[in-house]
Amino acid sequence: MTTTATAARGTGAGDEGGTPRRPPGHDPGPGRAGRVRSRLYRWDVRYSPYAFVAPFFLFFAAFGLFPLLYTGWASLHRVELAAPDDMRWVGLRNYTRLLDDDFFWNALGNTFTIGVLSTVPQLLMALGLAHLLHYRLRAANFWRVALLTPYATSVAAATLVFVLLYGRDYGMVNWALGAVGIDAVDWQSGTWTSQFAVSSIVIWRWTGYNALIYLAAMQAVPDDRYESAALDGASRWQQFRHVTVPALRPTILFTIVVSTIGATQLFGEPLLFGGAGGQKGGASHQFQTLGLYLYEQGWFSFHLGRACAVAWTMFLILLLIAAVNATLARRLRKSH
Amino acid sequence: MRGSTGTYRRRAVVLGAVAALAGLLGGCARDGGTAASGTGGGGSGKTTITIGTFGVFGYKQAGLYAEYERLHPDVTIKESVIERNDAYYPQLLTHLAAGGGLADIQAVEVANINEVATTLSGKFEDLSKAAGVRRSDWLDWKWQQATDRKGRTVGLGTDIGPIAVCYRKDLFKKAGLPTDREAVGRLWAGDWQKYIDTGQAYKKRAPAGTVFTDSAAGVYNASIHAYPERYYDRRGKAIYADSPAVKASWDLAVQASRGGLTARLKQFEKPWDQAYANARFATVACPPWMLGYIKEKAGAAGKDKWDVAAAPRPANWGGSFIGVPKAARHKAEAVRLAVWLTAPAQQAKLFDRQASIPSTPSSYDMPQVRDARHPYFGGAPTGRIFAAAAKNIPTLVIGPDEQQIGTAFTDIGLLQIDQQGRSPRAAWKATQKEIENAVDE
Repeated sequence: MTTTATAARGTGAGDEGGTPRRPPGHDPGPGRAGRVRSRLYRWDVRYSPYAFVAPFFLFFAAFGLFPLLYTGWASLHRVELAAPDDMRWVGLRNYTRLLDDDFFWNALGNTFTIGVLSTVPQLLMALGLAHLLHYRLRAANFWRVALLTPYATSVAAATLVFVLLYGRDYGMVNWALGAVGIDAVDWQSGTWTSQFAVSSIVIWRWTGYNALIYLAAMQAVPDDRYESAALDGASRWQQFRHVTVPALRPTILFTIVVSTIGATQLFGEPLLFGGAGGQKGGASHQFQTLGLYLYEQGWFSFHLGRACAVAWTMFLILLLIAAVNATLARRLRKSH
Repeated sequence: MRGSTGTYRRRAVVLGAVAALAGLLGGCARDGGTAASGTGGGGSGKTTITIGTFGVFGYKQAGLYAEYERLHPDVTIKESVIERNDAYYPQLLTHLAAGGGLADIQAVEVANINEVATTLSGKFEDLSKAAGVRRSDWLDWKWQQATDRKGRTVGLGTDIGPIAVCYRKDLFKKAGLPTDREAVGRLWAGDWQKYIDTGQAYKKRAPAGTVFTDSAAGVYNASIHAYPERYYDRRGKAIYADSPAVKASWDLAVQASRGGLTARLKQFEKPWDQAYANARFATVACPPWMLGYIKEKAGAAGKDKWDVAAAPRPANWGGSFIGVPKAARHKAEAVRLAVWLTAPAQQAKLFDRQASIPSTPSSYDMPQVRDARHPYFGGAPTGRIFAAAAKNIPTLVIGPDEQQIGTAFTDIGLLQIDQQGRSPRAAWKATQKEIENAVDE
């Protein structure tokens, strides 16, 4: 989604001007020099920004746009990893086969449920935490930094720890459950338990990050709104609901979009949670996401063409989500 | 080096995952990586031969590189290692296709050798006619596996994986079973069914908190690798849906799982490692490369508790090859090094350090193998046990999608029965569906 937006903007940047250069020849006269200088100045103002953003777009074209388009082209072929140059045209077959591919629909469903399981609690908790942090607290900076530490941890390290925590035989979660008299749970084997476990890793990593974004937005809300709400007799909770949340609406929308993109592309957490052969996402593919299915197709079964088709389908799903989001956002704006 | 399922030299999940991601990125970016780091060692006119491997081949640890460099002062050897074959092999494929980023010598695992010897054979040098190579040095079936229809040999055999059974003497004693390795071997000699029967006997008097074996998939792998035709027949036809080998091995594994003989673990995962440390199971099917793994995971507490007995039937699980890509920079030097590394004398030295069983039978009579005893396993004569198993291994027929098919049985079907409690019938159907989706192009 972001890619198309940037690509559209990128087309305008094709004719970026060079850096202004002094014309050859020495100072031809005060009047002319002034004109030249002012023209250079105008060019500088008008074109320099394009020169400054150009490196990004050049890199984007090479490492973003080209792979995107080539993936689309490859998805219309039968390509195997053993011979990537041997491409045989199959038209839309890689896409039509996805329609009755149970593994694909299972992965799509898992991506959705894990997405909901992780995003909804994550954003609600982030909002709550941001609200708490917004109060005057002792050691406010400490709490803020602490919130961000999970985000700064690598996926691999975090997931490894979670795998140990959720272990069936020797895991700490089951040990704690046992202490209160609950039988051990085989977290990885169950559909809901495994999806819950994967979601909890996502929640753990991203809640703090979103909380800080909310906190920044909260600090931008003028104090007088709270004062007048307090004068009207609004309680803290009412202030939160009727002042804070409406003021945060654009920020909330932003975090929803970003989290949705992240959830659609979820890959590292379930892969590592699955351990050896994690690309399958469990014995019954109970936590195989679209990202994992793509990886399994391309790098385990070696069917690059089919993997490309999954990649493009994911891309189209994101476009769809973006369109729905944009419509919702427009509705929201109109209603205010 | 690994068999048709799973990777057996994984040391840590994290490392593996990092390697997997590195492999993914490497594959996309077609990077040269360390493997391509060119000619000349510091401008001294030396040739740098690069060798790309996965897991732990042990050449470096056994001092073979250093020895070769002493013999050839104008050569330096650089090894680049990727932890897991399932990250290593896809990267090798992309590098072969791109014709760049290749090491001068590339390792290939047995599960992938068929694909390399058929579809990719044109991209590798024919080593059968290289100077110093004697076909008769190798086990015949090992040589065949890396040879294409035209008789070109694209890889020289390194190690093989003859299977034994590792067992805990302390648990066997408590369960009233014999503990002497000869007597234990006799318990199940000739038939894996007897191994399951021994498991039933163990269960009746099992020490608290222990079971007979680690996993249904482990039983399946040990059994299936004894059959010449498993997933493909000799004509190359896929027979995974009704091959007798698969059916018999599947039934054994189901019996083990349903009979409560397994610890319901998945091999090469953290809980499996922890189970070693906690003495959770009494036996495990045990190719030579497993000995080091057990020693590491069971630790000092397991010393002299474990021992090695002969398996019911001779079988091969894992093993590798090394080949020289046509696009290699120093082909002639690389071929010389590959030939030297796989010669019987060097394979024997490697066994001494790494317990990798040579694929060259003449090594078996060399002192490093013949007289080898493993101190951790109660001084078991591992060299003789594995060499005896190696001599009777049948010629295994290997097909192109060996790895995907094997994994579907062990990581999908049998895991569903073992861990998720699904019925064997449903799990079988799921396995077949999994394979159809994986092999369909």
